[in-house]
Amino acid sequence: MRRLSLRFAAFGYLLVILLGPLAMLFWRIWAEGLGKAWSALIDADTVHAFKLTLEVASIAVPLNTIFGIVVGLAVVRRRFPGKGVVNAFVDLPLALSPVVVGLSLFLLFGRTGWFGPWFTAHGIQVLFALPAIVLVTVFVSVPYVAREVIPTLRELGEEQEQAAHTLGASGWQAFWRITLPSIRWAVIYGVVVTTARCLGEYGAVAVVSGSISGRTETATLRVQDYYENLDQAGAYGVALMLGLIAIVVLVLMTAFRPKDGAVR
Amino acid sequence: MITATHVSKRFGDFVALDDVSIEVATGSLTALLGPSGSGKSTLLRIIAGLERPDAGEIVLAGEAATSVPPQERGVGFVFQHYAAFKHMTVRDNIGFALKIRKRPRAEIRARVDELIELVQLRGFGHRFPAQLSGGQRQRMALARALAAEPKVLLLDEPFGALDARVRTELRTWLRRLHEETHTTTVFVTHDQEEAMEVADNVVVMNRGRVEQAASPRVLYDTPANAFVMSFVGRANRFGESWVRPHDLEVTLEPNGSTREVQIDRLVHVGHEVRAELTRDDGEPVSLQLTRDEAERLELQPGQIVYVRPVRQTVF
Repeated sequence: MRRLSLRFAAFGYLLVILLGPLAMLFWRIWAEGLGKAWSALIDADTVHAFKLTLEVASIAVPLNTIFGIVVGLAVVRRRFPGKGVVNAFVDLPLALSPVVVGLSLFLLFGRTGWFGPWFTAHGIQVLFALPAIVLVTVFVSVPYVAREVIPTLRELGEEQEQAAHTLGASGWQAFWRITLPSIRWAVIYGVVVTTARCLGEYGAVAVVSGSISGRTETATLRVQDYYENLDQAGAYGVALMLGLIAIVVLVLMTAFRPKDGAVR
Repeated sequence: MITATHVSKRFGDFVALDDVSIEVATGSLTALLGPSGSGKSTLLRIIAGLERPDAGEIVLAGEAATSVPPQERGVGFVFQHYAAFKHMTVRDNIGFALKIRKRPRAEIRARVDELIELVQLRGFGHRFPAQLSGGQRQRMALARALAAEPKVLLLDEPFGALDARVRTELRTWLRRLHEETHTTTVFVTHDQEEAMEVADNVVVMNRGRVEQAASPRVLYDTPANAFVMSFVGRANRFGESWVRPHDLEVTLEPNGSTREVQIDRLVHVGHEVRAELTRDDGEPVSLQLTRDEAERLELQPGQIVYVRPVRQTVF
């Protein structure tokens, strides 16, 4: 009986917090008219916003995947001074508000920032352009692959790798043939979460991108753009698209999540 | 031949190996025997190159190996917990060393077939390690270690994680395998019975040092010191001298040189009877006699009897 009511409570909570708003979104689009939402979606600036978002994700996700695996291996397999600090810093983006990340980028690359003048002198625009959007997105999505990989590597232990060495495998061969296949589910799960984080990032990008429609506006910024211009149908349309992507990500996450107690 | 000379290794404050030197003859089957923390596994891992010594030299088959990485040492290593590659089938596990060496596919297939036969895993080739029993996994690990024909086979407590019956089976099997291949083999164990039963040569280790290296018979009959005496086989202490449980004579009446003991427990193991006794000063004594003797004396738990050493060792 208690287990049943617990299940209802958990389900009810999810319903109210997650599915409720998404259902409302559907309902509002239906009420406003599908046509308006559709025309917002095929608007050239919206298409550009989604393209830009994907472009940013396609840079940030591979970078953080490699970084996550390298940091995971370093933290779990090696001993080096400052290891605890590195481990803690990986979590920094989880603790820091994205707005702060955006603002600190201003301090670095702004006109009076540390690196700003050098980049300006070399004709490279960082702020209000792709580099800044990529930088903040990479920053906010740093922890996810590493956080999946680290416990999996710990649990895996070193013996299989040592066995591979005694059988003649170099460090590189042991990594590709033993380590990576053993942690592949953790990596894939981490990649899916990282992708979701990159697609959904709003705060940091809002600060550094300048939100120029058709140029530096990402999908989440596009939603806000429509909303501020009182084009509710447009805002709901783009938001729904992001919501659908979230559902696809959710399904992928469920498919790749290591089963409780099962060794994959 | 494997030689380790003046090898030392510390882990923080813990001295794992303290100036250890051993020699393992080519083609021999040697056991490193000792209690936990004696340094036996560390020594084996240093021979394999999985651990670096703080000081000392390792020579494998005439070549200095101290700074050679494990992948170039030509050793086969078997871990206590198998270290099976979980994402590979039995065949892929066994063929791993050959695949790394980029041998032709037909050759790998033939060698894997041969090894599967040798370790009696026919019909299991396409299974994954998770689908095997502990004994089967360890046999797979052995086949994997033998695939590239190592000069030296090293086994770290290879039967430690297995149940008693499988352990006995695999011991006999390892002995037979060694008689067929004559690969120089070193295995680590804390089980003196296992070491005595399987090895030609036993290196007894304690607290990071070698106490004695000799054949099982020599170890048992002429132990170098009190540690070896009490670790290899059982021994009772009578003042300054040590007595094996079967070197005690039991009488029902005291005479000048006997000591009074009380029988606590009698255990019948096949033809042998083991008795746990307590001396008049409270010290435990173990006694071993044949069933015939025990019946002749009509020994009973609780009874008071008298014992006298017939052979003893003084260090």
